[in-house]
Amino acid sequence: MNKVITVTVNGVQQVLEVEPRTLLVHMIREILNLTGTHIGCDTSSCGACTILLDGKSVKSCTILAVQANGKSITTIEGISTEGELNPIQEGFKENHGLHCGFCTPGMIMRITELLKDNPDPTEEEIRWGISGNLCRCTGYNNIVKAVLYASAKMRGVPTASTEPEFV
Amino acid sequence: MIPQSFQYESPGTMADAIALLEKHGDEAKILSGGHSLIPMMKLRFATPEYLIDINGIPGLSYIREEKGTVKIGALSREAEIEHSDLLKKHFPIFADVTKLIADPQVRNRGTIGGNLAHGDAANDHPAVMMALQATVIATGSGGSRSIPIDEFFFGFYTTALKQNEILTEIQIPVPPAGTGSAYHKLERKVGDYATAGVAVQLTVDGKGVCKAIGIGLTNVNPIPLRAVRSEQALLGKVINSENIALAAQFASEDCNPSADLRGSEEYKRAMVAVLVKRMVLKAAERAMGK
Repeated sequence: MNKVITVTVNGVQQVLEVEPRTLLVHMIREILNLTGTHIGCDTSSCGACTILLDGKSVKSCTILAVQANGKSITTIEGISTEGELNPIQEGFKENHGLHCGFCTPGMIMRITELLKDNPDPTEEEIRWGISGNLCRCTGYNNIVKAVLYASAKMRGVPTASTEPEFV
Repeated sequence: MIPQSFQYESPGTMADAIALLEKHGDEAKILSGGHSLIPMMKLRFATPEYLIDINGIPGLSYIREEKGTVKIGALSREAEIEHSDLLKKHFPIFADVTKLIADPQVRNRGTIGGNLAHGDAANDHPAVMMALQATVIATGSGGSRSIPIDEFFFGFYTTALKQNEILTEIQIPVPPAGTGSAYHKLERKVGDYATAGVAVQLTVDGKGVCKAIGIGLTNVNPIPLRAVRSEQALLGKVINSENIALAAQFASEDCNPSADLRGSEEYKRAMVAVLVKRMVLKAAERAMGK
């Protein structure tokens, strides 16, 4: 039996009818057509499907859509305002934090919570903080730099783009 | 991968959840954090007809101290356990273990109650709870009952919970001064199950004699294992390298690991010995405030 749920997606309230077995990531991609949230491993390992559920970073391939009833969802489409890159997105752009880009939306959603909890993380804290997100272009060094850039910018500290590392 | 079809129930009270369990019998499963159950449902290893989601039941998520006991609500997320000041104060082992459970996103969802009720010897909390001499509270239609952790795990994915019971709380005695605890698991990568894991809590007196000890082993036995002979090798004795070596040897002999992608049986036994040594030393250092 289908369930009717109410969810706030990127600030807009939506009433949707879903099958109980519908995964949250499928609701986001196929019902809401927000395809910035990716499906990588589909086994809660890779983090490509990471979104914010009531502000907490979660893997949307391992949550049922019905579990989001009454909750607020933020996806990669919901983090910039008026077409301006937010500081995390800007950090990725300035530091070559993405290569193929497949992991990037999940990385950015995870980092959004990481910097909210810890506005000035050390490199080790960043690496531990993104340990649930896999990048197969082996771009972790530049992703860490992107987070340091975003952290500095969000705290009002002068930022300098670094020379990207190519490995 | 999509689970087989099922009916979804989200009761607002524990009484309603238990009534649904009684109504649907073996066809029902409890959904807590869902990070073991949903993957199993996606692979169709689990095909419940009814899923009873307890996430909407208030009052199941807390960490508090009452009369010498720390009480943890079953719906407490791993991330909450990781950052709890109360747990940090009494049990440094929780900082060790939670950091090694899956990854940050999974810890935002996974719950301590689910980790135990799943009954998987590969999970990390069972060994920790054995080291800490925990008690599990199960709630059913007739009220609640206490189950000592040593009587909780029965077999592969099987626990002492009855079909109409829900794990609601974990109780851990606050240890006396001079107590330290530690956990480590050898894992191939973040989020992996343990190749081997060892949990230790011990209490020492001023002369370095072990007055109390608990040692639990992760993923080296069909069910979570207490290393009884290892505990006896140290209890009432001075914690020195000779006694620690004996405890390590006993644990490696008494576990029953299976060979798999993580290593051969022989390798896992060897790793159990290494980890018992290291965790006893680490717990002892913490006990003595080093």
